Amino acid sequence: MDDLALRLAVADLNAAYADCIDDDRLEDWPDFFVENCRYLITDRQSHEAGLRHGIIYGASKGMLTDRVMAMRKANIFEPHRYRHIVGPPQIGRVADGIAEARSNFLAVRIMHNGDSQLFATGRYLDKIAVGETPFRFVERLVILDSRKVDTLLVLPL
Amino acid sequence: MSVQDAGFEPSVRFPSNALSEVPFRVYTDPEQYRLEQERIFKGPTWSYLCLAAEIPVPGDWVATTIGEVAIIVARGPDGAVNAFVNRCAHRGNLLCLTEKGHGKEITCIYHGWSYDLAGKLTGVAFERGIKRQGGMPPEFRKEEHHLHRLRVGEISGLVFGTFSDEVEDVETYLGPLVVSGIRRVLNRPAAIIGRSTQILPNNWKLYAENVKDTYHASILHAFLTTFRINRLSQPGSINIDDSGGNHFSQAKMDYAAEDAEYKAQQLRSDTDMKLADNSIIDPIDEYGDQVSVQILTVFPNMVLQQIRNTIAVRVLRPRGVDKSELDWIHLGFADDDEDMTERRLRHGNLVGPAGYIALEDGCVGGFVQRALQYNDDDAGIVMMGGHDAQSQTFRASEAAIRGFWKKYRALMGA
Repeated sequence: MDDLALRLAVADLNAAYADCIDDDRLEDWPDFFVENCRYLITDRQSHEAGLRHGIIYGASKGMLTDRVMAMRKANIFEPHRYRHIVGPPQIGRVADGIAEARSNFLAVRIMHNGDSQLFATGRYLDKIAVGETPFRFVERLVILDSRKVDTLLVLPL
Repeated sequence: MSVQDAGFEPSVRFPSNALSEVPFRVYTDPEQYRLEQERIFKGPTWSYLCLAAEIPVPGDWVATTIGEVAIIVARGPDGAVNAFVNRCAHRGNLLCLTEKGHGKEITCIYHGWSYDLAGKLTGVAFERGIKRQGGMPPEFRKEEHHLHRLRVGEISGLVFGTFSDEVEDVETYLGPLVVSGIRRVLNRPAAIIGRSTQILPNNWKLYAENVKDTYHASILHAFLTTFRINRLSQPGSINIDDSGGNHFSQAKMDYAAEDAEYKAQQLRSDTDMKLADNSIIDPIDEYGDQVSVQILTVFPNMVLQQIRNTIAVRVLRPRGVDKSELDWIHLGFADDDEDMTERRLRHGNLVGPAGYIALEDGCVGGFVQRALQYNDDDAGIVMMGGHDAQSQTFRASEAAIRGFWKKYRALMGA
């Protein structure tokens, strides 16, 4: 796959990922990841300080499935959706079927009553298995620009 | 003269002397909020400031707040921890603009007044004027313009500060029981493994009550019951200091029985919901006392939490009558090995702004706040388990919330 084709394929992956969350098809969300994946939501300051804790710390696809189950069956919160706007990806190193990529994102939170608010901005730092299709995330680090989360975070970013 | 000296009556009246009745207006009244800053946060209480581990080296400082008041905590050249207001004595400018730093002195950016790390004024730019013109008048004495210093105290690496000259030392303030609860958890040098901040759309007291509320835990936080974790009856206790303001609750667990139960569950083909990955809750009894949950509060602004193997300090910061911030400082220990660190990180999913058994606490205070909007002329009740604020050996109780109000009313004169 040449550079341009890879970049377009990663952009498609990002778009499909965002739609999956924003369209409330969260049961499909773990399938964007390989079994032995890492999914972490942290913030820039923590990331740069080398702090390993994440407000979501996913260390397997099962942990992502559990997130969705808990959200559907157990956790209590006001209904809301996100609208993700994801910028064009930049592709880094590609080796052994793994492509490194990064892209910026912005997520607006739309509450059930119509209240709409800029909820999060940040950067995805990804390692993507590109050896076969569909591409899947081996690692997706969600690095929030701000350490402050308004009220709660229950839908993934 | 402070508001307190002026003898103002609190603007919110409690309906009776009973600790189990709480007027709703206490969460909505701006004048009450202002009085709380004077009488509680700047009054005879000890507020959490920072971890000693955040300022390990002489010259290190962090900026924090007590209530809404900006504070600097610095380690001086002698190794002592000092705290003083983050406000230049000259024109009131904020001295430290960032969250942390390091230096031999602190210099105001506005007119260059400089202070040592104990808050003493050491330098005034152009004190003698320029070419013998201008400058400070002869009666000006630097030693009359030091920064307002706070008293500080430290327990197990937690640094506390107070504006009060009268309040007893921090250990006496907490009482032996609550001190033992802190020492139990922070029994060796801690290390920060993460931070986050949650904006709470509610009055600070709604969160302060929430963490003392053992009644709501298994109802609002349905995660544990939904996944049928920990069905075994858990013995527990609520331990409240004499003042009422400080407390810890504990729940014990039979670690071996839970492990056996989990393994049996994996073998069954029933349709019970279960976690695909158990590692977010799989605990080890690291303190060897079977306590799986300990929630400890220090009036007015700190929580120390052990839930299984996730340990955190939570700092509650009022930010207006209907807004608060909650800082989460996630801890491990210097002697944790990689397995233990990984375990703590996984258990970290239980708490924080996205925590399985904590995220609801981010919104429920806001629901109360919204319901009280211009509808605050009644009182709520907290009488589960009685009317007083005594320690109890069961947890279906609101005793620790009543303890909060006991302390609050004593300080507010209400």
